[in-house]
Order: sequence, then C-alpha cells, then structure tokens
Amino acid sequence: MASTRVAQDEPETAPVVADAGPPPVPTVPWHHRHLLDLDDVTQDEIGTVLKSAIAMKAIVRREVKKVPTLRGRTVVTLFYEPSTRTRVSFETAGKLLSADVINLSASGSSAEKGESLLDTVLTLQATAADLLVIRHSHSGAPYFAARNLTRTGVINAGDGAHAHPTQALLDLFTMQERFGSLEGRKVLIVGDIAHSRVARSDLWGLCKLGAIPVLCGPPTLMPWDILQGRTETPGHPFATVQVEMDINEAMRDADVIMPLRLQKERQTAGLLPSLREYAQLWQVNGERLARLAPNALVMHPGPMNEGVEISPEVAHGIQSAIEDQVTNGLAVRMALLLLMATPQGGPNA
Amino acid sequence: MTGQEMRRALTRIAHEILEHNGGAKELMLVGVRTRGVPLANRLAELVASFEGETVPVGTLDINLYRDDVHLRGPHPLETTDLPVPIDGWRVVLVDDVLFTGRTARAALDAVMDLGRPMNIQLAALIDRGHRELPIRADYVGKNIPSSLTEEIQVRLTEIDGKDGVVILPDGGTHEKSEAGR
Repeated sequence: MASTRVAQDEPETAPVVADAGPPPVPTVPWHHRHLLDLDDVTQDEIGTVLKSAIAMKAIVRREVKKVPTLRGRTVVTLFYEPSTRTRVSFETAGKLLSADVINLSASGSSAEKGESLLDTVLTLQATAADLLVIRHSHSGAPYFAARNLTRTGVINAGDGAHAHPTQALLDLFTMQERFGSLEGRKVLIVGDIAHSRVARSDLWGLCKLGAIPVLCGPPTLMPWDILQGRTETPGHPFATVQVEMDINEAMRDADVIMPLRLQKERQTAGLLPSLREYAQLWQVNGERLARLAPNALVMHPGPMNEGVEISPEVAHGIQSAIEDQVTNGLAVRMALLLLMATPQGGPNA
Repeated sequence: MTGQEMRRALTRIAHEILEHNGGAKELMLVGVRTRGVPLANRLAELVASFEGETVPVGTLDINLYRDDVHLRGPHPLETTDLPVPIDGWRVVLVDDVLFTGRTARAALDAVMDLGRPMNIQLAALIDRGHRELPIRADYVGKNIPSSLTEEIQVRLTEIDGKDGVVILPDGGTHEKSEAGR
C-alpha cells in the first residue's frame, strides 16, 4: 500500500531519504564534555557556539529573559581566584536558562581548611553537579579536575597564565558581530602577552577563524617561542601570528585593538622600568586611536587599569566595545551551557 | 501532495485565516523553524494579495522549549525573530506537519514567553494524526492519516528545490521522524 501513497510527482520507486535536502545552514553538533581551551575545538564547533550565542543574545534583550531549557540541571562555579565579570556572567547565564547555579569560592569553602582540589571536585560531582566552572591560579587545574571526573563536565574559566577559552569565544563573537567574517582581519593585542591566558586562548581562536593576530608590547612581556620565531614554520597553528614592537606602526591598519591589563606586579618583578614609561610607550590613547579606521574596535578583557594600558577617553569612547563584550560574554556562556549541559548523541550515548 | 495542490491548500488557508479573523488587522504570521518559515512567508504574500494589506511575519526557534532536549543532545540554536512586540496581536503559528503536538506545545510556550498576544492560532500544511497532547490545528492544508512507521516529508522550493509532500514507507522510528523537525 505504501508505494501507492507516494505523492504524484515523485517516482514510484522507493524515495531516497537524502533527497530531503540539507538544512539551510550547515552546523556541526558539539561533542566536548569539557571545555578546557580552544586548541582542540574546531573552526566549525566555534561557529556552532557563536551561532547559538546570537539567539541567546536576543533572549538577554527580552523583557522576560528566562527560558526553561536547563530546568533541573546544576551548574557549580568554583573560583579560587577573584573575579567579577566571569563569575557573574556564568551565574547569570545559568539562571537565565533555568539551571540551578551554586557559587563557591576558595574563601568560605573547605579549601580554607586545606581540602585538596581533587576532593573538592569529587564532592561537587557527588552532589550531582552537571557542570563545573573552574577558575584557578595554577595552569592545568581544570585539566586535572576533568581527568578525575566521570559525570561532571568542566569549563575552564581561566587557569593561571594558560587559557581562558570563554573569554576568547566572547572576543570572537564581538568581532564577528562587527565584521562578519574574521578572515584576514588584523587583531592587535598589546601588552603583557606572556602572562595572559586571554591572549593565549584568543590566539587559538583567531588563528582558527583566519584572522591575523599581531602582538605588540615590551620584549620582556612577549612569549619567547613567538618572539624567537619558533612558530613561523608552515603548518604551526600560530604560523600567522605577527610581532610588531612599535605600537604606532602596529596600529596602522588594525581592525581590532586589544590592550591587556598590565599587572602592577610585573614592575616589581623587574620586567618593566616603570608604569609611566609603559604608559608612554604602549598605552592605547586618543592620539594613537586616531590612526585606526573609524569602524575599528577597541576591546579589553577587563578589569582595566585606566591610565596605564588604556586611557579613559578611549575606554569609554565611541569605538570601545568593552561593555558589549560583557553582554556578549553572557550570551556566549549561555550558548556553551546549553551545548554542554545536554548529553551528547541522544538517549543511547 | 503536488506543488499545485500545496498552492491551493495554502490559498484556502489564507482565506480561512482572513475569514476567521475578520481581516488582516493586528494579524501576525509566525513560522516555526525550519519549514514553517517559508510557509508563513507564502501565506503572508497570499494575504497581502487578497486584502492589499501586509502582515508582519516572524520566525520562531523552539529548541529552547522542547521537551526532549535531554534526548536529542545539543543542537545549534537559530534565532527567534519577531518584527513587532506581540502584545495584543493575533498570532498564527505556521508549521509544516502537525504530528504529536509536542512541537506546537513548545511553540506555544516560546510565544507566551515573548509577551501576551490577543490569541494564538495554529496552521499546519499537513495533519498526520497521532497526537500525544490535547492540541489541534485551526487551519489544516490536508489530513494525511499515517502509520507511525512512516515518515512524512514536506519539501519546499525555498529549502529543498521543489514543492511536494512525500510519504516514506519506512521512515524510521517515531522519535526519528519527529526529530527531523
């Protein structure tokens, strides 16, 4: 009977399911249980997060900004380092998706009594946390947690000087919002690259999306491998990264300029003569900004030292996307929580 | 269903919508992604040609409201885009196939979260039966009684290259065919 019910303009033979045609926009599913850095995330997977974040940003702008999707799921934020925007952003992201969010910081938790990181994360897994958002001053701490957890997914919210993948994703989202494709866009990162987990994760993301990262800053604060040209071999993931010592030269045709926070400890460590000299040589100020294209973006991962790496008139000027970055961070983290708090591959996976 | 039959069905639905609502005043068509969107656009064109009045068309992504998020795994979201705030509007949801009613339920929740429309109506090109929720369509293009093992595919020029509805005799399990939408 079935074959007689095939619609008239179709051949009588068994129709091929593949004829149904592809979905209008090709998208890839997300297959990572943990997000530790962007190094093992593909270009298409980054695209999946950024695309979902567009829809999430629309929710953030609604009057009633809450959707029921992650009802009954628990997200725990575990911060061993101080943070305003990242922690609040993850907490808000979870709450807008109706997840239960529990915030834990080192002070006030059993970490103060000397509990190890391993015991803490195992305890949180035992309390049925679906996702654990970890910030730690030691590089690799989230990897260690991920290796030891069987049921709970880990999101790295910044580990030491190593990686900060969600900041990189929100940076990419902010740039994509302005420029569409990032292919060939010149992104200038200025300052303490060597100690910056943001810069490191940004490099992965920018290189994967075809942008051209340019690093600028005092040689004492540059990563050695890049400074010595070890990444210039063809096929190296950072092969397109450029280094330019003169900020005025580097700003000439930049599409994005991103000064990094200069930690004042760097001066006592002998890496800088003085903050004043740093400001004179590397500060992104109004005079230097005039060299940029009018549609270029000024971004900053925050918190800012206004008057050191960035001048107040630039930080709050019309080219600044610094506040947008915060809103975009919320949207990107909502997208990630949705992708990561739902199990992969359906019921049998 | 051939392309011509589809055109006739949509023409009739457009007339029914206008008749039921006494015109096109404060009427908004909202297509449920994916194939509800081109259908909503076509209905809007028909309404405009009958009444000489353009009606706003929105698109709705219901993925955040599905009851099977935990079964289907993570999927990229599309945007929900309504041209005007829906408070006080007559909202006609447009989808290609009405099956279990779960998609329609999710769409109702998604719309209610966006505001308080005057009312919500449902238009489906195909009603294939097998409802699992107390939901019915206000406007139906064609009733196609089907077996649960069959898969019904609506193909639209905008997405698939040509118009038509086909019944695949062994389209897979219930979940599979539902997941296609």
